[in-house]
Amino acid sequence: MSEEQEVVTVVKAPVYLKYNFTAGAAPARFLAQIKKGVLTGQRCPKCSAVYVPPRGSCGGCGVATEEEVVLSNKATVQSFTIVYIPIPNNPIQPPYIIANVVPDGANVSFIHLMSECVNEDVHIGARVEAVWKPKEEWGFAMDNIRYYRPIDEPNVPVDQIGKLSVNGQEG
Amino acid sequence: MANLAAVVGIGQTKYMTRRLDVSIAGLVREAAVNALQDADLTWDDIDAVILGKAPDMFEGVIMPEAYLTDALGCNGKPMLRVHTAGSVGGSTALVAASHVQSGMFKRVLTVSFEKQSESNAMWALSNPQPFSTHLNAGAGGYFAPIIREYMRRSNAPYDVGIKVAVKDRLHGARNPLAHLQKPDITMQEVEESFMLWDPIRFLEACPSSDGACAMIIANEELADKASKKPAWIRGVAMRSEPTMYAGRDEVNPQAGRDCAADVYKQAGITNPRKDLDCAEVYVPFSWYEPMWLENLGFAPEGEGWKLTMEGATSLDEGGDIPWNCSGGVLSSNAIGASGMIRFAEAARQVRGDAGAHQVEGAKLALGHAYGGGAQFYAMWVVGSEKP
Repeated sequence: MSEEQEVVTVVKAPVYLKYNFTAGAAPARFLAQIKKGVLTGQRCPKCSAVYVPPRGSCGGCGVATEEEVVLSNKATVQSFTIVYIPIPNNPIQPPYIIANVVPDGANVSFIHLMSECVNEDVHIGARVEAVWKPKEEWGFAMDNIRYYRPIDEPNVPVDQIGKLSVNGQEG
Repeated sequence: MANLAAVVGIGQTKYMTRRLDVSIAGLVREAAVNALQDADLTWDDIDAVILGKAPDMFEGVIMPEAYLTDALGCNGKPMLRVHTAGSVGGSTALVAASHVQSGMFKRVLTVSFEKQSESNAMWALSNPQPFSTHLNAGAGGYFAPIIREYMRRSNAPYDVGIKVAVKDRLHGARNPLAHLQKPDITMQEVEESFMLWDPIRFLEACPSSDGACAMIIANEELADKASKKPAWIRGVAMRSEPTMYAGRDEVNPQAGRDCAADVYKQAGITNPRKDLDCAEVYVPFSWYEPMWLENLGFAPEGEGWKLTMEGATSLDEGGDIPWNCSGGVLSSNAIGASGMIRFAEAARQVRGDAGAHQVEGAKLALGHAYGGGAQFYAMWVVGSEKP
């Protein structure tokens, strides 16, 4: 052979998988409410813990949840990370804060973006509130809430995080 | 009561960023052949094969166990695939052990692997979930807030994770199979490496590796006749818990504590720091060493970091309970194999076959793996003496 050819050891072969997703009974109720701008959870009939987003059962007790509870726009930072790398296929620019937030009235956290904050000032126990997208952009999706931002309220003591009622620090 | 079983052969590949010279089939076969050679056995001596790897989405090969039967010499033999996310290498070893302990088979081959160069694990772990926010920033993004909460609770100095990152890489430099070879690493180098998921720095996180690990597990009769010293299985335990439930302690998960208590009871261990000679524990991010020191009962809650800072877990500092002498997950991370490497390295220690990272006179060792949202646990204790 006159020319040396490079040995092919790797080929990239992107594949696409399209599918229809059925949310299930509890998430479907949750999503119907969030489409209307209302954040809801479901209460465990046994231990009274409120789950958000609800999956239809309490992971601790192993029983179905039914009772729907309207939650507050206010929440507490349970923990967080400042991320310095991009998320694949997400336009968000690093560094950004992903926080585990517990809405008032719920007993579990979910992850959400924090914004309108100084990253270095975010801390465990900080009070935050949901900032919603404009109403016309609401869909059946958790990101109807665009992000959480800090609010001027006293920190929640660590042993109280995840235990506030829907009325927040008012009790 | 389970029958006795022992590890009679161990085979690994060299862990590295890219193994372009082999396919997935070639990779697993290499580890399996190394294990057969170590045990002085042939394919005909194997009754069944138990295979594990992380989720199929990593390499995009669905049900690879079907395609790998030829490479693993198990056409016409029973094969089983195990799925437990990051802990899968450990769970796979336990499933293999149970097939011998139950009397079902006399001698099984167990293999686990990952070929991360043919995959994008960060992508596979960051897939948008329907109707959810798309904010999953890989495994580090998930574990960083849990580490932050540990730092708050324990009031540990900021450089505990840095120390673990150095210690495990110095251990890895003793192990020619380890992916990262950093014999000159310093605390300063780790501290100055860039932040990925605050508080996790680049050098406090595991690498992405290609690699496979294999073991041959035999019953008592065959282990007694083994060509090399067997590692006797003294205890086996698996536990899991839901990812999400109200009041869950994500820093010190109950499933991990329960799993450890079970495996220690079987092995007659009452004080793990004293009774065990060494441990291979799944530490993919440096701060998980102090966290698991507490979860596994080597230190009281809130004090795991003290063992790390005193050098108790370091071979180089002459610690009394060296952790991850092989370099651990921080030095080699072929995800699906990482748990099995812990189990195999524990076995190498009690066989006295761990080369430059051998703990002198090791008689009893712990192998540990965890996975998912720190919700799957697999552990075994192996010993140099038949129980």
